[in-house]
Amino acid sequence: MKEEKLLIDGKRIDGRLPEQLRDIGMKLNAVTTSNGSAEVRFGRTTAIASVHGPRALYPRFLQESDTGILRTRYNMAPFSVNDRKSPGPDRRSTEISKVIRLAFEPAIFLEDFPKVTIDGFVEIVEADGSTRVTGINALSLALAVAGIPMKDLVVACSIGKIDGVLVVDLNGREDNNSEADMAFAMLPNKEVISLLQMDGALTKDEILKLLQLAKESCMKIYEIQKKVLKESYKGE
Amino acid sequence: MEETYALELIQKGKRIDGRKFNEFRNIEINANVISTAEGSARVRIGDTEVIAGVKIAVGKPFPDTPNKGILVVNAEFTPLASPEFESGPPSENAVELARIVDRGIRESETIELDKLCLVEGEKVFSTFVDIHIINHQGNLQDAAALAAVVALRNARLPKLENDGIVRGEYDKPLPLKFAPINVTVSKVGENFILDPNYEEEKILDSKLSISVRDDDKICALQKQGRKEIKFEDVEKMIDMAMEKSKELRKLV
Repeated sequence: MKEEKLLIDGKRIDGRLPEQLRDIGMKLNAVTTSNGSAEVRFGRTTAIASVHGPRALYPRFLQESDTGILRTRYNMAPFSVNDRKSPGPDRRSTEISKVIRLAFEPAIFLEDFPKVTIDGFVEIVEADGSTRVTGINALSLALAVAGIPMKDLVVACSIGKIDGVLVVDLNGREDNNSEADMAFAMLPNKEVISLLQMDGALTKDEILKLLQLAKESCMKIYEIQKKVLKESYKGE
Repeated sequence: MEETYALELIQKGKRIDGRKFNEFRNIEINANVISTAEGSARVRIGDTEVIAGVKIAVGKPFPDTPNKGILVVNAEFTPLASPEFESGPPSENAVELARIVDRGIRESETIELDKLCLVEGEKVFSTFVDIHIINHQGNLQDAAALAAVVALRNARLPKLENDGIVRGEYDKPLPLKFAPINVTVSKVGENFILDPNYEEEKILDSKLSISVRDDDKICALQKQGRKEIKFEDVEKMIDMAMEKSKELRKLV
């Protein structure tokens, strides 16, 4: 896959150091018709997430008598990538929707909501790598704003290996030409992993190092999430 | 009830069918079982059974890889295999399974895709790996990946004549470099087990699907299941998968 040089004098194509995150922007309440919403931007990658619910679940056979269910949908806008993406779900988005759901299930008190559903939607409006983890960070805030009882926020980042160096928060070009990339999410207070996907070729040692880098990076993102949430409730 | 029993046993260090935690059920592999396919395998792990078939066609390469052949992995959870499977478009689980198998093969660079180029930018061999679930009794992921690798290993490139494929005649084997092995490690409480059967799958907390290449490089990871895993779990799970992959690779 490797075609171009991604690291020059220890710096990445966008000028970052290997362990440096892109510029991060977080805004709340982007979607006023929802119970909670947020917009999160990592560099140019922008995700908008909203939460509808807890709400009644139909058809009724989908209801669970002892717990609520979480449904998630990850979708990319056709204009979010250079070559127009044909609209609607495909195999990639089906899988990502599932892993996003699994990333949140350990964090939400779903058992408090028997028979109902909590629906989380993630739309990628501009994509420059690491879209699923940006979407998770947005959905995490959206759930918090919606007042869904959670054990912890969910924080996510991507990590990988480019030109033999372990890096965090891959942009689109890095992602396409990486030796390996990994999507990662954790519950920062419980210090547990709720999403882990990797493809490429790595030794066990490299994987363990990347997990440490992911953890440290997620802690930085978590601080920004907390700050945005606290500020929004200031003066209320 | 069976499930509660399976859980109680695991907490006592035992399994419902008497296996050790790191022990697979009996594995039976039959290669080259479908005469209409370019390569195929029928794999049984205990009562779980899958068939993988490789079909090879001539197609147009993707614009960003004009000199490389194409790999497509697809899985069908046919309703015959389990009362849980329904007809209709591929379910979320079928899509995920196929994509994990795909990554194990693609990211390990198992198929020498550059050798499948016929005319740069115009014509390449497309390799389709189709996984058909015949009986779902647990651990479909590892069974599917094993069947896919065995099917690829006995796949042959069809003979070409006047730009067309001559069916039933073959040129040479599909060029392969590796035999990636997928081992899914399951976590139940604080215990790790391999190859859960159907009852055990119902009581799992989480799983990590790990694809290991011949040189011990890890080529794909996917966390599955509804509960979280700890940081230190990852190392234990990788160690378990690496060890088992050596044993399974001898079978392909």
